[in-house]
Amino acid sequence: MKHLVILGAGTAGTMMANHLNHHLKKPDWQISIIDERKEHHYQPGYLFLPFDIYSPEDIIKNIEDFIPKQVELIKATIDKVLPKENKVKMADGRELNYDVLIVATGAKIAPEETEGMKGSEWQKSVFDFYTFEGSLALRNKLRDWQGGKLVVHITEMPIKCPVAPLEFAFLADSFFKHKHMRDKVEITYVTPLSGAFTKPKATEALEHLLHDKNINIESDFAIEHVDNEKKQIVDYGGREIPFDILVTVPTNKGDAVIERSGMGDDLNYVPTHKATLQSKEYSNVFVLGDASNIPASKAGSVAHFEAEILTDNILHFIKGEPLKEEFDGHANCFIETGNGKALLIDFNYTHEPVEGSFPFPGVGPLRLLKESRMNHMGKLAFRWIYWNVLLKGTHIPFVSATMSESGKHYA
Amino acid sequence: MEKIIAGKSIAINEEGYLTDFKQWDKSIGEELAAEAEISLTPRHWEVLTYLQTEYKNEVPLSIRKIGKSGVVDIKEFYQLFPKAPLKTATKIAGIPKPASCI
Repeated sequence: MKHLVILGAGTAGTMMANHLNHHLKKPDWQISIIDERKEHHYQPGYLFLPFDIYSPEDIIKNIEDFIPKQVELIKATIDKVLPKENKVKMADGRELNYDVLIVATGAKIAPEETEGMKGSEWQKSVFDFYTFEGSLALRNKLRDWQGGKLVVHITEMPIKCPVAPLEFAFLADSFFKHKHMRDKVEITYVTPLSGAFTKPKATEALEHLLHDKNINIESDFAIEHVDNEKKQIVDYGGREIPFDILVTVPTNKGDAVIERSGMGDDLNYVPTHKATLQSKEYSNVFVLGDASNIPASKAGSVAHFEAEILTDNILHFIKGEPLKEEFDGHANCFIETGNGKALLIDFNYTHEPVEGSFPFPGVGPLRLLKESRMNHMGKLAFRWIYWNVLLKGTHIPFVSATMSESGKHYA
Repeated sequence: MEKIIAGKSIAINEEGYLTDFKQWDKSIGEELAAEAEISLTPRHWEVLTYLQTEYKNEVPLSIRKIGKSGVVDIKEFYQLFPKAPLKTATKIAGIPKPASCI
């Protein structure tokens, strides 16, 4: 019996287990998935938890509820992968041989990369919202905060869900308005980029919104350290930005197991072919989701589109057929803008987000790059879709894995 | 679009970056540096040459990589090319603005 092993039972790994379970069956194939955690977290929910929009129960479920029965779920810590020997070693000494390996170990925050970030003010006035603990600590802080300087900050790119810090700033504006204390809060958005986002047309639209909501923007800020005593962040050029609350997105890195296995780049991301999702170094290793170094957004929607294409490619690989060079970097993201509205962006490696309608050209019902209530309803509905459709690897009707150019207004 | 730099007509994009590295030479680097109010020292040239080599080798550039390169640390990189060093230095070096961001 041949063995396919998936590392990581997060969004990407779970989807692959569900997809491949339909195709690779006993007695020819055994599929195993390894993860040390008990819980599956709906990570987009971390954005809503600080504002009491979601509660912890909305975000957390059991990992095993989403893994098909025929797939062996191994709850263990991975020590390292030995890719030359086609073997995975676990911390408890167990070893697992594989014929095909899927790496879906994700990305994590690494606040220790920045001097002073995990210092005396950590989770007192310096917070992250990319972990459940960080997001919850921030919720407790915001519940009775009396106001002051709120700084929303990105340490360096790439990060998971590059729009999340912007959404945080927009939701904070809305949150303090509802609490009738917006005039007591100064919100500043600090980014290492030259503008609000990475792509020109979306940057224009988003900067307009920041301006409307009276949110200051400080761009080209490459942080050197967090000064816990003076409560300010300082960049390499000596620029200082004071805060009462700092909400930072620390450096993101691939999992430490990638480093231990010698399979990653300087940020522990696995070098991966961007159109086939095959590892550049080992032909029987495939990578999807946040763990790879492909130049696509690190987002659940990207992992979802990748999973459809990767499933085909793994079946091709097993049959000895050439792989399809099909993945185009497709990403589809709702951007919460506060007050019950949201934007939607749809883009890929070569096409930046523009205005238009989605998913039906000229019809919608969702509008691209424009604020609407319908988009916000889409974002909220997405949590249900995530738990009930996405993780199970079911195709989402009318939304193809590769991006459609129709209905979009390219110049 | 075209712009006259150091007496030559050079192809640039709307942000002022050269679109064809083959058109670059040291006199163009000098003039672009002057526009950014930087006078180039041998130390600047070491960094610029390093950036051009990385570009030719198709290595994506980021502040982090440069800091770990052994050529220059981030603090000095900021002293040499103040405010937004990677953007300024790549412009002077005649290579594209790094797309370090998705």
